[in-house]
Amino acid sequence: MNPRDCNTIFSMLSEYLDQTLPPAACEELESHIRDCAPCVEFVESLKKSVRLCREYKADIEAPALSPAVKRSLKEAYERMLSSREETAGRE
Amino acid sequence: MAGHPDAFDRFVELYNAKVFRYSFTMCGQREDAEEVAQETLMKVFESLGQLRAPERLKPWVFRIAKNACLMKRRRSLFAPKRELSLDALKPSKSGDGEGARLEIADWSALPDDIASNGELKRALNRAVEQLPDIYKAVFLLRDVEELSTEDAAGVLGVSEDVVKTRLHRARLALRKSLDEHLRTAVEQVRER
Repeated sequence: MNPRDCNTIFSMLSEYLDQTLPPAACEELESHIRDCAPCVEFVESLKKSVRLCREYKADIEAPALSPAVKRSLKEAYERMLSSREETAGRE
Repeated sequence: MAGHPDAFDRFVELYNAKVFRYSFTMCGQREDAEEVAQETLMKVFESLGQLRAPERLKPWVFRIAKNACLMKRRRSLFAPKRELSLDALKPSKSGDGEGARLEIADWSALPDDIASNGELKRALNRAVEQLPDIYKAVFLLRDVEELSTEDAAGVLGVSEDVVKTRLHRARLALRKSLDEHLRTAVEQVRER
């Protein structure tokens, strides 16, 4: 195992997991980790961590909007729709 | 958004929840998050006509939310940005050559979903809270809201390379926090 290679691999892992690494870099990484047990172990832990973290949700629910706020939003929405219709009519 | 009879209700319900959770995680205050969500929705309806690419609706909404969050946190805008160093996120290694081992927890025993493990869920929430803001924002947009790198860069006003670097460090920091949690949990079980 070449420690410098492990360091290079370490900085590329998110792009590798997201499948956005350029093919040459991807090949280089895969060829390194084939023979590097610590890197395999680390990649697996990062992969699992990313999967779990994607489920993150703040521990709080959004409060329902008050009727007054909802009414103001609805008015703004309807203004937006009629101005869009006016623009479409002119075109 | 327009065209369906219940489009307004569906949009408001979905984005009120999304923007509220994003803002709560970024601002840390329920009242601020509530105001940010309402202000964002109002701005969306007031200026939706200016949106030229409808497929960019989600990043556009989050850009408005991000700016509203910044206004809420204006007092801390001039605080120095805390950076995460890549070296500090590397796991320790024991031994050399063929016998080298990483000092990390056994992740294979973990469930595949977070919901089935309350302790782990709390550990993750604490870890996200502790992330410096610049990393937290990228993590929320990329991994939680699943925006593309390009869209997240547009929301935050930074380059795609900056988004990639920050996302990687955010993930490494979260992995490290969860790893520490797992190791402590295993030690506690052993001590019993």
